[in-house]
Amino acid sequence: MFRLNWKWAVTVLMIVAAAAGAGCKKRASDPFPASGAVAGWDKTSDTRVFAAKDLWQYIDGDAEQYISAGVVSTSTSDYKYQGQLEAVVDVYTMNDAAGARKILETGQSKDAKSIQLGDAGVAYSQSVIFRKGPHLVRIVAYESTPDTPQALLALARGVEAKL
Amino acid sequence: MKNRREFLKTAATGAALLGSSAAADKLGFAAMLDQHAEAAKSKVVVARDAALHNASGQLDEKRVLDLLDRAMAAYTGRDKQAEAWKRIVPVGKVIGLKVNGLGGKGISTHFALVMAIAERLQQAGVKPGEIVVWERDARSLEACGLTVNTDPSRVRVYGNDVAGYENEPVAFGTVSVKLAKILTRECAMVIGLPILKDHSLGCGVTFAMKNMYGVVERPQDLHVGGCNPAVADLNCIPTIREKVRFTIGDAISSVYDGGPSFHPERLWYPNALIVGEDRVAVDRTAWQMIERKRAEAGMPTLEAAGRPPRYIATAADQAHNLGSNDPQRIHLMEV
Repeated sequence: MFRLNWKWAVTVLMIVAAAAGAGCKKRASDPFPASGAVAGWDKTSDTRVFAAKDLWQYIDGDAEQYISAGVVSTSTSDYKYQGQLEAVVDVYTMNDAAGARKILETGQSKDAKSIQLGDAGVAYSQSVIFRKGPHLVRIVAYESTPDTPQALLALARGVEAKL
Repeated sequence: MKNRREFLKTAATGAALLGSSAAADKLGFAAMLDQHAEAAKSKVVVARDAALHNASGQLDEKRVLDLLDRAMAAYTGRDKQAEAWKRIVPVGKVIGLKVNGLGGKGISTHFALVMAIAERLQQAGVKPGEIVVWERDARSLEACGLTVNTDPSRVRVYGNDVAGYENEPVAFGTVSVKLAKILTRECAMVIGLPILKDHSLGCGVTFAMKNMYGVVERPQDLHVGGCNPAVADLNCIPTIREKVRFTIGDAISSVYDGGPSFHPERLWYPNALIVGEDRVAVDRTAWQMIERKRAEAGMPTLEAAGRPPRYIATAADQAHNLGSNDPQRIHLMEV
């Protein structure tokens, strides 16, 4: 009787351990801050996700450079700051950090300002681009206001914290 | 040297272009020949308004209609807008306005331009439901500030995602594509409304001819080799060649590097429209505009950057004969 109970207990423990282990696995991260999570910013669209083979549907003509750098998937969502300033957040997940680095470095222009964000990043008056591990994040505002640079940087920090 | 028959034919054509023999007498024979030579060129109008954007980059939408009017008056030689438009579009037929919203909200055909054209078309006698504003899908239209509408009592706005594509592909040269039904079945004539952009992945420039990538089911298949000769081949497909007969190119704002996506750090405001029937001449003019801006910004030419828009010359070659790439054969009017 005891012998049977002992085996039973071990089996139950193994099942519990396996279940707990599965539960502890890191979920596929959702890098998009919810409305209000970053002060002033609202998420104004559903997140759209594109596999590499479908990326042309989102950025036809630009897709090839991401594909050649090893993009696996791309997620995008629209945001609005204080009900006025519209922006879009694109998160490109690459095969590895080298792919993200390649995109970040090839796309820079002379007026890029380096920022401390993720593994590396740059900011312009209407956009912030940074990389963290295999992720390349591009946040673009559709207009330039005095608040735009700081607002974009705050949103970028919100995304970075969720990666 | 011309023989007598060719000479008489040329002279007669010249007189006809001038409108009357009295006009020929008034201007003199040499002037008549000059006019004829000018008329034989592809006309491209670049209309500008430096005040179209204010200092903070806001578009003054009210000025867009005036700019369009100036462009059309210069192109057609008609000051009355209804008359000007009747020289371009057939009344009683469905007119397509192929916009470009691929680059997203920041770099898509401007809503104010689309509305201005729709207004002038209606004043020329085109019914609202005979105007179809179209792009690849609803999202691309939204990027232009447009909302899908299929109600035929109003200007229609919808994408290929609603109307679909033909089942059978058509081919020319290297391309074999399925065309959008809006092009094949709805429209009698199409006016292209591309937006001027750099194309950083080999193509160099995207404008009038490249805008036709939005009328096929799988544009992603046409980007190899810097889109050359795919752009030229695509525009030679008879339905595209015959129906897409006019371009009102949006150079109100543009990206001179990093396109075709929106890169605000490379955004600039040419504050211009580029108008013409010859799509090759229009593209060549647009290309030069981008080159001038790149030079001003201290950037290399597209050739030096490894992505000259070779498809423009290809489109002008004997195999394609879509228009003129030779500046000596382009009558450029800047107004």
